[in-house]
Parts: sequence; C-alpha cells; structure tokens
Amino acid sequence: MEQMKRRKFLGISAAGMAAVAGSSVLMPAIANAANVAGWPAAAFDAKALDAAMKDSIDTTSVKVSTKVHLTAPTIAENGAAVPVTVDVDHPMTADDYIETVYLYVDHNPTPLASAFHFTANSGQAYFQERIKMAKTDMVRAVAKTNKGVLMASKPQEVKVTIGGCGG
Amino acid sequence: MAAIGNPMVRMASHAKKGQVVEVRSLIMNPMTTGLSKNKAGKLIPAHFIQTVTVTFNKKPLCSVDWSTAISANPYLAFKMRADESGTLEMTWKDNTNGVWSSKASITVA
Repeated sequence: MEQMKRRKFLGISAAGMAAVAGSSVLMPAIANAANVAGWPAAAFDAKALDAAMKDSIDTTSVKVSTKVHLTAPTIAENGAAVPVTVDVDHPMTADDYIETVYLYVDHNPTPLASAFHFTANSGQAYFQERIKMAKTDMVRAVAKTNKGVLMASKPQEVKVTIGGCGG
Repeated sequence: MAAIGNPMVRMASHAKKGQVVEVRSLIMNPMTTGLSKNKAGKLIPAHFIQTVTVTFNKKPLCSVDWSTAISANPYLAFKMRADESGTLEMTWKDNTNGVWSSKASITVA
C-alpha cells in the first residue's frame, strides 16, 4: 500500500515536472513577446543555414565575390568570443551602396548571427564584432547592395577548441 | 548577474571633411541564448541585445540586428564618413525592454 502511494506520488510529480519542462520549452516564445520592433525574428529563429538564408536573403546560393572580405581567426581558442571583421570593397554613394551585410555560422543553433544595415553616409561597408561559435565551423558573410545584388565572401573555417555554448 | 548596461562609444574627436573615421563601442549585456542551463539544471532564459541603431545629428547612419550568436558584452566597430561636425548617438535595445544609449561628438575641419 505504501509502495502504491509512492508510485502514485511519483507519477504525479513526474507529470508536474513535465509541465515545468513544457513551460521552459515555451520560454523562447515568451521572450519573443518582448522582441524589439522591426527585429526579423523569422530569419534569426531559423535552425538551419538554408532556412536562415532563405528567410533573410530569399536564396540559398550566392556567388562568391572577391570584393567581400571576411577576416576571422583560423583557430579560435574560445568559441564564446571569435572576432570577425567584414569589409566590402564597394563604393558608398547615395545611389549605389551596400545596404546590408549578413553574417552566418553554418552549424550554430541559429545560423544567422547578425545583419548590419548601412547607409551611404557610412563611407565604408565595414564592421567588426565578436561572435559565438558552437564548434569548428564555416563563417560566411553575404553583402546586399541597395539594388538587390548579392555578393558572398569566401567561407572561412574557424577551428574552435572550446565551444561557446556556455553551461 | 554581472553588470549590465554601461554603454561606451569612442571615436576621433577631430577629422578632416570627407575622412572615414572608425567608431568603436562596447556595452555590458549577458547575451544569453536561452539554450544553456545553469548549475541547477534550469534553462537560463534568453537575454540579449536585438538591435543597435546609430544616428548622426539625428539622421540614421546605420543599424544592426543581432542574434544570440553575438558574444557577451558585445563590442561593435564600424565606420562613418565625417562630412560635418556633430553628435553620434548609439541606442541598444534588448529583448527584455532594456534600452541604453550613448553619444560621441566629432569636430570636422
């Protein structure tokens, strides 16, 4: 009898735990409720590179151009902070400029890392930031001009010794 | 929770007209992904900066959309063509309604 009660209790508490787990799965959706206006949630939530590219630039194959320079270390000791520099060799005039540069990490949980929007006043399509990488992977940048022309950088492999997933 | 906020913007204080100057910025933010767990095995909720907008003399200069793949305490550097003297203002917004901004001025000769 005692045993039965214990079984029952375990069953109930297991159900309780499942409910807790379920709510934590819902956490990202709750977080999304506070998304900043204009933040492209679909592209950033995409779980695979093809989906992320489709949602952000509407294609999955972009011609590699030597004009898009992506600089990243070949070996990163710490995947939690990999410095990446993107520099696009393109005029920045009022009627012909780089509008957006997208940065992808192929196998990150969400491959699209960032989207940088320029104006002609930027003077140069250049940015530097630090990204997280889960494991040794390819990093690629895709530049889009104001006329919609897409140019990709040569994908660069970064060897990661300690992943940046935390925990 | 570590310190949060404390935005910083640095750029040259003087430039020649038409010169392209680099702007560097830093802000404290945990940038958690919502995928990792703490020591007690509970998921740490996502808390990260989603947008950074930059204006110069109130006119839009550039903006960035960030995902959780950006490192904690994000550093960002970019460039600006200095055409006139004025003030650059950067505004960071995170997914928990946090908003921070910081300014830097430049004199163009």
